[in-house]
Amino acid sequence: MTDYLRVVAALGRRSVKQAFRRPQFLAPILLFPTLFLILNTGGAGSAEDIPGFPEVNGILDFELPGTLIQCTMLAGVSAGISLALDVEVGFLDRLVTAPIHRSAIVLGRLAATAVLGLLAGVYFLVVGFLSGMTVEGGPLGVLVILVMVPLSALAFGAIGSALALRSGRASVVQGIFPIVFVILFLSSAFFPRDLLTEPAATIADFNPMSYMTEGIRDGVISDVSLEPVLKGLAGVALLAAIGIALCSYALRARLRAG
Amino acid sequence: MEAAALPMSRAGAHLPAVGLLMRRAVYEVVRVPGAAIPGALAPTLFMLGLTATFGNLTKLPGFTTDDFMSFIVPVGILQGATFSGAATGVNLARDIEQGWFDRLLAAPVPRSALLAGIVLSASLRSLLPITMLLVAAFALGVEFPGVGGLVLAIAIAAAFGAAIACYSTALALRFRTQAAAPLMQAGAFMAVLFTTSYAPLELLTGVLHDVAAVNPVTEIVEAVRQGFVGGVTWGGTWPGLLALVGIGAVLFALALRGLRRTGR
Repeated sequence: MTDYLRVVAALGRRSVKQAFRRPQFLAPILLFPTLFLILNTGGAGSAEDIPGFPEVNGILDFELPGTLIQCTMLAGVSAGISLALDVEVGFLDRLVTAPIHRSAIVLGRLAATAVLGLLAGVYFLVVGFLSGMTVEGGPLGVLVILVMVPLSALAFGAIGSALALRSGRASVVQGIFPIVFVILFLSSAFFPRDLLTEPAATIADFNPMSYMTEGIRDGVISDVSLEPVLKGLAGVALLAAIGIALCSYALRARLRAG
Repeated sequence: MEAAALPMSRAGAHLPAVGLLMRRAVYEVVRVPGAAIPGALAPTLFMLGLTATFGNLTKLPGFTTDDFMSFIVPVGILQGATFSGAATGVNLARDIEQGWFDRLLAAPVPRSALLAGIVLSASLRSLLPITMLLVAAFALGVEFPGVGGLVLAIAIAAAFGAAIACYSTALALRFRTQAAAPLMQAGAFMAVLFTTSYAPLELLTGVLHDVAAVNPVTEIVEAVRQGFVGGVTWGGTWPGLLALVGIGAVLFALALRGLRRTGR
């Protein structure tokens, strides 16, 4: 078990270093969500006046949780692209022939994605606080963010990795980039569910991203309540389970194909 | 600029080369449609997504229309042109990496004509995402802006696509690698979004308001938008044209400078 964890840690460390060495992997996780945060807070800044909009101290408090989820989704895409590049250059093949458990290969990548998610969460908290955000839930609200964000990144990392293992091509994983935005637009990430237009409002009710965002948002705009957090964690668990199952299937298929 | 300095007959003599470069760009779309589809679809997806999310912003007092999709269509049109312009730079970076561009430079064609062929191909390619977006928009109930409004919107967007192609070309010549693609795409993408893209200027807040107020692309967005949310007027058109000419001239000069320095 100790050897297994050591392999996971070594591969995870390599992935984190890789992200810091290649800005093209890190930039989408931080730059795009930051720019969209500015856009969404500035574009929807007057939306608090719309009847039905939740009581918030400022639009930033409402938008930042959606930005965090967007950031974790992009971290998942980046993880998938990195893994696909490992497949393309043959590094995965060399790992497969090494005397290590194969699940550690994927788990190392997911651990790194969770770490990047945590760092991004801290970055956005700092940006938020410097820009006037308040966390009504206090330290517990911050704790919820610091737990939910890395777990969400891990879940999206699993889906990105599954796609990478299945396709083996970075360009295919890169191609899902616009879909990330569509999935987010069809959730309550950037606007209250009750104020979305149809059919987005109905789709958002079934979109796990709505519950993940609301799980984080609850502690930012009010005291932390158990129900939204549990629903958010359930959304994360569902995505992670699907992602890990797909990873396992894709890795086995890749090994069978030689 | 160099072409403009040439006698008309000599400048005209290089038009076939410009046409060939434009035709090559179209062939790329036809031969590898898979590479073009994401960029062609993205503006439509953004239009649908933004409308789904922010559609109720029209309930705010002071919003200039009660149909958010009509308000956002011009942003999608310009995004289509932007993606095509950025893709031009990415493709040029690929040609530089593969050595094809060096062979092109050896051809007996002025560099201004090469640049014209490269950037005008972006205008041509932008018609694909713009058409897809407009078909979706009209099918979903966006009111027809009239022939004049539509032609004006498409012409401005196509010219803007060429201006963005100058920007991405300058970056491609500077960095000479496809790794610069995010810089080309994100820069151009944000130039369009940091305008009155989401709401009228009076309703924007914070940094977005401040940037949109001084961003010349705001005038271009408004010029394209006028037919969709009201009527086309000269007063609503000339600031956009002026901004377009200014941005285009600066970016063309930058790209031409990069091209003249290449290989010397």
